[in-house]
Amino acid sequence: MSRTIPIHLDSAGRGPGPAAAGSPAVRRMLIGLALGFAAVFLVLPLANVLVKALGKGVSYYQTTLSDPDMRAAIRLTLAVAVITVPLNLVFGLAAAWAIGKHSFRGKSLLITLIDLPFSVSPVVAGLVLVVLFGAQGYLGPWLDRHDIRIIFNLPGIVMATVFVTVPFIARELIPLMQASGNEQEEAALTLGASGWRTFWHVTLPSVRWGLLYGVILCNARAMGEFGAVSVVSGHIAGLTDTLPLQVEKLYHEYNQTGAFAAASLLAMLALVTLGFKALLEWRIRRRYERGQRAAPSGRMEAGA
Amino acid sequence: MPATRFNPLPGFGLTMGYTLVYVGVIVVLPLAALLVRTLDLTPADFWRLATDPRAMASYRLTFGASLAAAGVNALFGTLLAWVLARYRFPGRGLVDALVDFPFALPTAVAGLTLADLFAAEGWLGRGLAMAGIQVAFTPLGVMVALTFVGLPFVVRTLQPVIEGFDRELEEAAATLGAGRWRTFRSVVAPTLLPAVLTGFALALARAIGEYGSVIFIAGNKPFVSEIAPLLIVIRLEEYDYAGAMALAVVLLAISFLLLITINLLERWSSRFRR
Amino acid sequence: MSIELHQVSKEFGGVAAVRGVSFRVNDGELVALLGPSGGGKTTVLRMIAGLEAPTAGDIYIRGQRVNDLSVQKRNIGFVFQNYALFGSMTVLKNIAFGLKIKRWGRRRRAERVAELLELLDLCGLENRYPHQLSGGQRQRVAIARALAPQPSVLLLDEPFGAVDAKIRQELREWLVRLHSQLNVTTLFVTHDQEEAMEVAHRIIIFSTGRLEQMGPPREVYDQPANEFVARFIGVMNVFESEVRGGVARAGELEFPAPGRPDGDRLRLGFRPYAVQISADPAAYRYPAILRHAFFLGVVMRLELEMPSGLAVRARITKEEYTQLGLAEDAPVSFQIRQFRVFSRDDAAPAAETAVS
Repeated sequence: MSRTIPIHLDSAGRGPGPAAAGSPAVRRMLIGLALGFAAVFLVLPLANVLVKALGKGVSYYQTTLSDPDMRAAIRLTLAVAVITVPLNLVFGLAAAWAIGKHSFRGKSLLITLIDLPFSVSPVVAGLVLVVLFGAQGYLGPWLDRHDIRIIFNLPGIVMATVFVTVPFIARELIPLMQASGNEQEEAALTLGASGWRTFWHVTLPSVRWGLLYGVILCNARAMGEFGAVSVVSGHIAGLTDTLPLQVEKLYHEYNQTGAFAAASLLAMLALVTLGFKALLEWRIRRRYERGQRAAPSGRMEAGA
Repeated sequence: MPATRFNPLPGFGLTMGYTLVYVGVIVVLPLAALLVRTLDLTPADFWRLATDPRAMASYRLTFGASLAAAGVNALFGTLLAWVLARYRFPGRGLVDALVDFPFALPTAVAGLTLADLFAAEGWLGRGLAMAGIQVAFTPLGVMVALTFVGLPFVVRTLQPVIEGFDRELEEAAATLGAGRWRTFRSVVAPTLLPAVLTGFALALARAIGEYGSVIFIAGNKPFVSEIAPLLIVIRLEEYDYAGAMALAVVLLAISFLLLITINLLERWSSRFRR
Repeated sequence: MSIELHQVSKEFGGVAAVRGVSFRVNDGELVALLGPSGGGKTTVLRMIAGLEAPTAGDIYIRGQRVNDLSVQKRNIGFVFQNYALFGSMTVLKNIAFGLKIKRWGRRRRAERVAELLELLDLCGLENRYPHQLSGGQRQRVAIARALAPQPSVLLLDEPFGAVDAKIRQELREWLVRLHSQLNVTTLFVTHDQEEAMEVAHRIIIFSTGRLEQMGPPREVYDQPANEFVARFIGVMNVFESEVRGGVARAGELEFPAPGRPDGDRLRLGFRPYAVQISADPAAYRYPAILRHAFFLGVVMRLELEMPSGLAVRARITKEEYTQLGLAEDAPVSFQIRQFRVFSRDDAAPAAETAVS
């Protein structure tokens, strides 16, 4: 159970159980109902984005995306992701090493704190930054005197994004590091490896796919975050509008096609994320099946 | 937080220190600042701000629509999870992959496409309008958006439980002469229930804080289709910090309650798993 | 002296796992740490490696006190119970890992790896990943990896625990051969007394964190220091007896106990092979019924029941069984050639007494 989208492996190879073996009418009804629901809530929204974005032809799509404000929004979105993801990556690795490889009191409390941003409304996340750094905020007057602008500026947008994406990489890595145990690292130590070397050559390779998945999820959320960023952005065209904010702005300007063009870029991001997840699941399954085949066969001949 | 046991792996102090500082600065401190700032208000002021009629209307909508959406998901999400876990049919892989789509899709895009689908001239809105049902710009639209964003939570919570379910138990029930419905009710359902509740609570928690996907489709009419997170944004834009904070604290308190509930549910639910 | 422990103790959260243990392992020796699971053997091994810190006491490797020396600097080879092979590296890279750390040159490294692949019968598997290997192969890769940087001692935690019974036998013989080739000081943990007896030069027996006895296999078998050791190494008949007039009695069984005061309670034990048996009910001192005879290959295990219901286990060869004309449920008689007195507190060593 996860608050993100967990890597999920089918119970491959299990045949249909007694429930599936039963009456074909019930089976068809259940599948029909489920697919109807999936069509309305999954397939149609996706199809709609793609169709509407290209509704006025590819050339209009191109002009919309070459609009300077749109380009600025794309650049800002990329910049936010480029700053946010490494910050949460380093944090995720540190937290996973401390939590996954060591035992200490208060571990579950710390995990709960890391999970907190999942439970906080993005709007509230934006608000707390305004309370801290806004004109009437705690640090507002001091920042004003030193001519530092955080709210309605890039730092505020980054902070809001970092807040909402804190758990993503850490929560992928912690269970992985916990599950792989400490023995491989201990083995490296007995062979004389330093802590760093052990981490780079033993720990990191063993969690690399989970790490990559966490980065992809974190990136998707960082580029797509709307609520928290909306509160701290100030919506200054060409300066503090990210791509998702641009979608809203165009929508309110009754520029449907423009809104959908911007949205289609983000939808693409979502599809890439899902594609990567599918790839990862496929890899793990393949590796698992290979392991299954290799292990019980006992002694294997060389070069087989 | 000292390590409770000797561990030859180095770096605990460094990584732990960094983790605590990071979580402290990024998560805990800002949230604490909000709570402390709210203490500036007198209890009477807080109460007035947190319960003014427009705020009350927004809570009603937020919780009502969130509960309804989580309910729909608990029902249809369970069905979808069941079908995906138990049956093989063409297109299954695609639907399975798409279950995560609402989570991966930025909320603004979700809002945009749902608003468009259910608008009077949209693919779905047209048919519904003929039936006299208006979805866009009504509380019903809010519920539709919240159902969309909550869907993956229920399905992904249930799917592994259904897959890991011991088929032998069902078979044993069948050999004892239990009918299929009876088997489902007395053997399958009790095992599924904790997971369904967990999925429901996760979807509910997500729905209550949801903003981006809702504001496009809701129409945002005060007292009618204005959700609580939106009211926070409106108060902020009016420079009514106190009003915004009072609402935010109420939302935060509910989020924490749900977080605790979810943790308890997960613990309960994991007892049923091997 | 390759390894020396001096009054080493270890507590986990106030619970003692190892209590005041002292022993030595000589250069080139092959020693088993034997005991039931949870007895603290693995903790001792991990303390020697530096993966665990002792609460009290000193540990020496090659005469140097290593308490404050980090794992990395102890120059030990450690083979983990589940091998802990690096999953993301090939067999070759696993074995070469320690050499790279120690900054061996490329050519020397290649030579050493080739030598170990040969020695451990791993040729042809260089480019496999651990998940593509069988249990026995993983085991050998783990040993090769530990041996590669020429450690001063080799430590193995339950080296045969994770492989199935047939391969286990192969691996045992193979470890003995390997040791006689390399002569590296080796300490291994096991809970299997047969394994320890077969492989080790000396056995160190542990229970609940305490060292019970240390000595060559023959010695701990023939002269167990206490009841725990006696029961753990092989089978023993143990009875509670009471002294009356210089004779200790347990049911019909009587043992000489000169000088013991009346009312003294003694625990007495004798090995099944110390029971001499005859099909003639009057041949020996104690009459009994032969309840069951279990065929265990060359030897037979017999269960005798005395008139009082007391059960005694005996062990004879198959030939003896046929020669003596024994049969199940037939009356027999027996006598006990040797027995052992265990003191109540298990502290004083027990002497073996012959009964004429």
